Amino acid sequence: MSAALLIEQLLNGLQFGVMLFLMAAGLTLIFGVMGLINLAHGSLYMIGAFAAAAVAGWTGSFWLALMGALMAAAMIGALVEMVVIRRLYDRDHLDQVLATFALILIFSEGTRFFFGSLPLYLDTPDLLSGPTMLPGGIEYSKYRLFIIAVGLAVGAGLFWLIARTRIGIQIRAGEADREMIAALGVDIRKLYTLVFALGAALAGLAGAMIGPIQSVEVGMGEPVLILAFVVIVIGGIGSIKGAFVGALLVGLTDTLGRIMLPQLFGLFMDASSATTVGASLASMTIYILMAGILLFKPSGLFGGQS
Amino acid sequence: MRRETILNLVIPGILLATALIAYAMEEPYIITLATKAAILALAGVGLNIALGLGGLVSLGHAAFFGVGGYAMGILAFHAQNYMPIWGVIEGTKSMPIIWLVALIASALTALVIGAMSLRTTGVYFIMITLAFGQMLFYFAISWPTYGGEDGMSIYLRNGFPGVNTLVPLNFFLICFVILVVVMVLTDRLGKSAFGLALQATRQNAARAEAVGLAPYRLRLVAFTISGAVTGLAGALFADLNRFVSPSMLSWHMSGEIMILIILGGIARLSGPVAGAMLFIALEYVLEDLSHYWHVYLGAILLGVVLFARGGVIGLIAGREVAHD
Repeated sequence: MSAALLIEQLLNGLQFGVMLFLMAAGLTLIFGVMGLINLAHGSLYMIGAFAAAAVAGWTGSFWLALMGALMAAAMIGALVEMVVIRRLYDRDHLDQVLATFALILIFSEGTRFFFGSLPLYLDTPDLLSGPTMLPGGIEYSKYRLFIIAVGLAVGAGLFWLIARTRIGIQIRAGEADREMIAALGVDIRKLYTLVFALGAALAGLAGAMIGPIQSVEVGMGEPVLILAFVVIVIGGIGSIKGAFVGALLVGLTDTLGRIMLPQLFGLFMDASSATTVGASLASMTIYILMAGILLFKPSGLFGGQS
Repeated sequence: MRRETILNLVIPGILLATALIAYAMEEPYIITLATKAAILALAGVGLNIALGLGGLVSLGHAAFFGVGGYAMGILAFHAQNYMPIWGVIEGTKSMPIIWLVALIASALTALVIGAMSLRTTGVYFIMITLAFGQMLFYFAISWPTYGGEDGMSIYLRNGFPGVNTLVPLNFFLICFVILVVVMVLTDRLGKSAFGLALQATRQNAARAEAVGLAPYRLRLVAFTISGAVTGLAGALFADLNRFVSPSMLSWHMSGEIMILIILGGIARLSGPVAGAMLFIALEYVLEDLSHYWHVYLGAILLGVVLFARGGVIGLIAGREVAHD
């Protein structure tokens, strides 16, 4: 394999990892602060993508579409938190799983009702379309670089928000002892709604940004949701740092596995069965990675006691 | 008799009566629906061993359901093509052998997945079982020998010695008998020393460990039995449809099996049966009503979770036995 191809695939893996981070950060924040397992997080990703497609359809502007997706996901997230999620915080995990699974059914079919079953497509903005030249003479998609940059910037912003701001202090305090910070006069209900809306906005942003790469369709959030779970399990639930490391690990493993495994098996098999076996195994690599990490660290790389 | 004991007789009775009345009225489609309900109920009874008795919230039971389905699909595929597996093992169209293989294959799958997942608890366990289920789903999609994403069809339903399984009522009765036998066994299991120890680990693992029980091992055994029963249901389900595809392994399937239990009532013996009948009835009625029936299903599920936690049986029989 040539170095250029390898670098291109590494960047693809990075881009995928950054997307997963946007999803996983919200999930892990919501779990860390509210103790809630939210299966409907994938629906917020889907809502972001559909909102972006709708706004882009009306206005023709990608940037407005991105803003629209952020706002739609955050608003629907806040609404869902106030109507349903709020009642689940002191329930057991089974109730949370079932209620948020019910939300998936409602959101997926609702979206199908409004937008139909045909996939939608988002155009890449002119500014970011086409490839760019990287140092070393490698051509790479401008848009994917944009996703990487946005993802890294959002990640840095999130670290700053949590480590340096008043809201961040409240969030961390909420993770440690929710009764105490309520007793200290923080409006815990508002804080929870805010955290949930923040997580939803991150998911919506991820969904909107993936629009120009993939088709926008009902059910698009679920594979990403499950990968985000793998990321969190690897990184340790509740840890943003863990989500970041886990997301990059999963993104790179998956992308490189898909390229390299068929080639690896090609060394000692005929081409067609090497493709078959390689592709089948490549679809399993991240789960094997997860199982391997769990063997040594049952609560994830950066998790406390589970 | 306690109200729940009566319900344990009445609910399967309703299912049997539905099929018999449909037979008398020559409504084969209703018999097929009743068969589907019996099979899904069996899958639910299986999951209920892990979920209800052991408190293990597995969101990956579609893995075992699908492994059972593929056990049937692969054996029948090789039998109908007269191609032995790896040139050695003959395929088969005989249900008892298929069931046995499905039980063993799904038990082994559950043993491996359980051995890894049960090292963790709580949310980690939910996410990991979900992830392993998804792993098998993607594997089935990318493995082309047995149909890949498209799945594969079996031309004729498999046979059972002395019974014509092509008659819908006969196949229903086979499934129903299996369901009842498994329910009786599950009931015995719950009251056995093993079942009591398992329930103790659910209620308080630390105390159970302090009196000398081994929670990990108890849970692993329960998870394996649970997976095996769900796998058997998978084999029957594939036989009912004469079709097996990766959708049997999808996490929506896991969610649906869990929904059955919740609709009926968790940790209740006939909860999955009541839940499965309700689920199939809802599907039948709502699908007619609206193309987007999942919205209503979601709303109903949300209502049950938020406001009627005991499910149907909890509403009728009260919460007298669910004291935890």
